[in-house]
Amino acid sequence: MKEKKREERLTKSRLTDTNTLFAKLTVAPSLIGVSVFFIIPFIIIIWYSFLDNPINKEFVFFKNYEILFGNNAFLKAAKNTLLLSAAAVPLAVVMSLGLASLLDSKIPAKSFFRTSFLCPMMVPVASVVLIWQVVFHYNGTLNYLMAEWFGSAPVDWMKSEKSMIVVVLMFLWKNLGYNMILFLAALNNIPKDLIEVAELEGAGRFYRLIHIKLRYLSPTVLFVTILSLINSFKVFREVYLLTGDYPFESLYLLQHFMNNTFRSLDYQKLSAAAMIMSAVMVVIIGALYVAENKFGGDVEE
Amino acid sequence: MKRRLRSPSKTLEKLGIFLLTLFAAVSAVIFLLPTVLTISNSFMAQSEINANYGIVFSSITGGGKTYISDRVNLKFIPDMVSFSQYFSVLLKTPDYLLKFWNSMLLTVPVVVFQTAVALFASYGFARLTGRLKEIIFFLYIILMLMPYQVTLVPNYLVADKLGLLNTRWSIILPGIFSPFAVFLLTKAMKRIPKTYFEAAMLDGANEFDIFTEICFPMVRSAVFSVLMLVFIDYWNMVEQPLILLTDEQLHPLSVFLSKINTGDTGLAFAVAVIYMTPSLLMFLYGEEYLVEGITYSGGIKG
Repeated sequence: MKEKKREERLTKSRLTDTNTLFAKLTVAPSLIGVSVFFIIPFIIIIWYSFLDNPINKEFVFFKNYEILFGNNAFLKAAKNTLLLSAAAVPLAVVMSLGLASLLDSKIPAKSFFRTSFLCPMMVPVASVVLIWQVVFHYNGTLNYLMAEWFGSAPVDWMKSEKSMIVVVLMFLWKNLGYNMILFLAALNNIPKDLIEVAELEGAGRFYRLIHIKLRYLSPTVLFVTILSLINSFKVFREVYLLTGDYPFESLYLLQHFMNNTFRSLDYQKLSAAAMIMSAVMVVIIGALYVAENKFGGDVEE
Repeated sequence: MKRRLRSPSKTLEKLGIFLLTLFAAVSAVIFLLPTVLTISNSFMAQSEINANYGIVFSSITGGGKTYISDRVNLKFIPDMVSFSQYFSVLLKTPDYLLKFWNSMLLTVPVVVFQTAVALFASYGFARLTGRLKEIIFFLYIILMLMPYQVTLVPNYLVADKLGLLNTRWSIILPGIFSPFAVFLLTKAMKRIPKTYFEAAMLDGANEFDIFTEICFPMVRSAVFSVLMLVFIDYWNMVEQPLILLTDEQLHPLSVFLSKINTGDTGLAFAVAVIYMTPSLLMFLYGEEYLVEGITYSGGIKG
């Protein structure tokens, strides 16, 4: 009798205990790899960013950071990158929500449209760069069409301040599909009866959008914003493939700055720059979290 | 009376749907056109490319080329369908095939092993409880959110210390342990109802059985989408080779293609099409998995 009870207890604990040796072992390879290739070197980099040079190893506090903030190339790259993200991210959020709502409406051939909007994400940037060059070249298609239709003077899309517009367009073209899928899933998760009740009680389209839909969507808005922010840093690919190592001034991005710094292998500068960027990322993402919690906090669970 | 009242609003609704469809159709054309044009232009003969686009590419090389038109002549359909571009790429200029092969050598190991490592780790992260696990998983998320501009510095440091610089391993090894796949698969694993595990254990299954017989089949579609998402990310790589591979012989096609402007413009479109083929085929066959995977990735909470 006693034994049976003990056995029962044992089985029970075996069933509920999820912290088994096997479970721990499965995490081990990944954790070791992540430690070796990311976490440990990251800590070393934090340390490096406070040293004067790797040989002397003298602790200089924030001197590297001061030098970096006095560096015109870094400031320019940071400003351009932030401007680009500030333009691209809100557009990406609003437009992908628009596309998702479009696919959530009563239009026909939805699966075809979904495929079309999603397709660009699976096309390598390098493959379509040729077409973008043909379209946005000074003697290119866009200028020709604009002259033909509106009689407007040609614009040097790639070698002027306007190049930012081209890059934002390329970014949107590639990234809207992914975001749209996230919004579509979120739209499907809004309780239908809630909307019906609101409709019956006379809530207008606008009220339903702001007070019900957006509140339910707010975690997704947060996620799409963060994702677009990260992806907007990847727009270097487009810029590099279009313009090479030396783009027009307004397209000189942080990645260009990092590439040049890698060439001179200035570890102090690199470490300090990486630290500043990660700090900025953490602050922005944290702020987005807080904002989302304030706005949509009460509808979650 | 009622009917008359209803009908105008119905026509209005129909008009609305029509306008929305029109808008969707125009958008679809914009989204598809660059890809379609690249494909259709790959069937142009070299001379036609030069005639139509000579000005774009000659101005980049700094002149010296003869061209017919002084403006670009973007064409949907070639005057004459020709396979000469493909013929040249495949038979006459092995450089592009070599770079294509480089892309494969860099991408395939990352895709396969990142997924494999993550498949195990995600089981652990989904099953384990406790504060330490929460902290580690949070670290993974932070790492996942860091842009290349940040992570390349630690990657470079490690590659330098281990003597891997200028070898493929400098890209492959950090790629294998990149936390994205772990994150996505953990979310998929967490969706498996706990009762499944309990039932299996009551039936006497050991944990390895549970992992292979229950978890693996249930996250299979998430695995497919991870494979696709990681593939397209690495197939597209530009930042890492520029910094970690100084030897241009090792560069993947994604970087090499940008240099095509200076030389064989007549082949560029064919190379571009060859390069997009693997990922487009994946998309064609696996769109549903892709959509499912993207949906899983939504939300960093929980």
